[in-house]
Amino acid sequence: MRKFEYLRPTSVEEAVAAASRPGAAYLAGGTNLLDLMKTGAAGPELLVDVTRLPGLDAIEPLTDGGLRVGAMVRNADVARDAAMRRNFPMVVEALLSGASGQLRNMATVGGNLLQRTRCAWFQTPEAACGRRDPGAGCDARDQAGRSHAVLGWSERCVAANPSDFCVPLAALDAQVEIAGPGGRRDVALRELHRLPGDTPHVETALAPGELIVALRLPGAGAGFGRFSRYLKVRERTSYAFALVSAAAALRVEGGAILEARLALGGVAARPWRAVEAEAALIGAAPDAGAFRAAAEAALEAARPSGDNAFKIELARRTAARALALAAAGAPERMPALPASPFADIGAPAHA
Amino acid sequence: MTDMFPQQIDVALSVNGEAVEARVPAGRHLIDFLRLDLGLTGAHAGCEHGVCGACTVRVDGRSVRGCLMLAAQAHGAEVWTVEGLSETGEIADLQEAFVARNALQCGFCTPGMLVAAQELVASAPAPTREQIRERLSGNYCRCTGYEAIIDAVEAVAQARAGGAAR
Repeated sequence: MRKFEYLRPTSVEEAVAAASRPGAAYLAGGTNLLDLMKTGAAGPELLVDVTRLPGLDAIEPLTDGGLRVGAMVRNADVARDAAMRRNFPMVVEALLSGASGQLRNMATVGGNLLQRTRCAWFQTPEAACGRRDPGAGCDARDQAGRSHAVLGWSERCVAANPSDFCVPLAALDAQVEIAGPGGRRDVALRELHRLPGDTPHVETALAPGELIVALRLPGAGAGFGRFSRYLKVRERTSYAFALVSAAAALRVEGGAILEARLALGGVAARPWRAVEAEAALIGAAPDAGAFRAAAEAALEAARPSGDNAFKIELARRTAARALALAAAGAPERMPALPASPFADIGAPAHA
Repeated sequence: MTDMFPQQIDVALSVNGEAVEARVPAGRHLIDFLRLDLGLTGAHAGCEHGVCGACTVRVDGRSVRGCLMLAAQAHGAEVWTVEGLSETGEIADLQEAFVARNALQCGFCTPGMLVAAQELVASAPAPTREQIRERLSGNYCRCTGYEAIIDAVEAVAQARAGGAAR
């Protein structure tokens, strides 16, 4: 690991001033950045440790019925929060389906939002990667990368965003509060992550020195309550990144869908909000035909970026099944394997 | 380098109940600080990328990856390793159950397993086997002795809850 300097600032202003320097990076839970520094995929010269900044570690109710979550709240504490479990259960299900207990104890809200792609070519400094090194091309293109994107990718980059947390947040129109050299501003979570285009190294809407200080979940999304689910398909049922995931929420009255939210994970460089699918559901009866039609709409623009065409049909089925799960409502108790398609099968039999 | 900020950091923390002060390089990971600087070799440096869980230690009441945390970040923290948890007797029943059920073979993963298992059993009074499985999924046993490990954790959870161990 390259040598670096370390600063533990005591205010947001001090942190922003230090991190605005070239070569600086914010350090929060460390679960992603320190790993990338070990592989050599990241090499900051200065780490600005924001984990002790005051005022960023609380979950507070908003007047509209939503929640405001400080950027340094640990993933495990978000998942444990009673109001979060009651009003935004699919956020909790997504968080608990990710990483391991120890990583969820460390990883922060802000860090999860900014976690980097798990594309193996991005993580390997010897590989050409235009996301890591501007203009370097893409060695991952046409490789058999099961994690690679099928929506919104470009010839310059096929990487997918690995976050589970961000998928329901995109569906719920979450807002990200940012402090930076130019003051405070909000960015919609759906606009936080950039599609690669010709500039894959521009990964987010954040300018140098800008720091995520909080996340707001608007009260409008709390109305879905338990009729919201997260479903995650992965190579094994725990401690793995999503091949494809879906966050779905429905409001049904009188046998017809009044409001629908759908977002997909593992398929693009950003959590993929499927607004066409949502529009297709309005007024329909909540049945398998409507869910399949919505899933078709969600994946209409999808195309393989290599040997990953299977993900398109997998994403359709995952989206349709997540919608069906949302219509049925979340169980009273979180499944032991959150977001797993095998949650109701029970313990595997071992020899 | 910006040459404006330190590369050597002074830290003061508590390790297994004892006050520790040290000056560490910014790049010193907590697991290496514990093992190499303090001689606490119970927690292991396995994959060193946060995957295997062998380096699991307790920081401020929670189990964390010692390999994905800087020693500098532990300034002011209360750190417990398997040595300390053994000396206080906190995990004595887990250790006995691991031995009784042959839940360790080479033993490399065991310190991390014990710290993770203790957090689970202390926070969930009657975990199901599925819950134990999920919570230990971040700790790899390269001998693949998982069933015996789950047996041991389940037995301790039941015993602490007052039920008869299977």
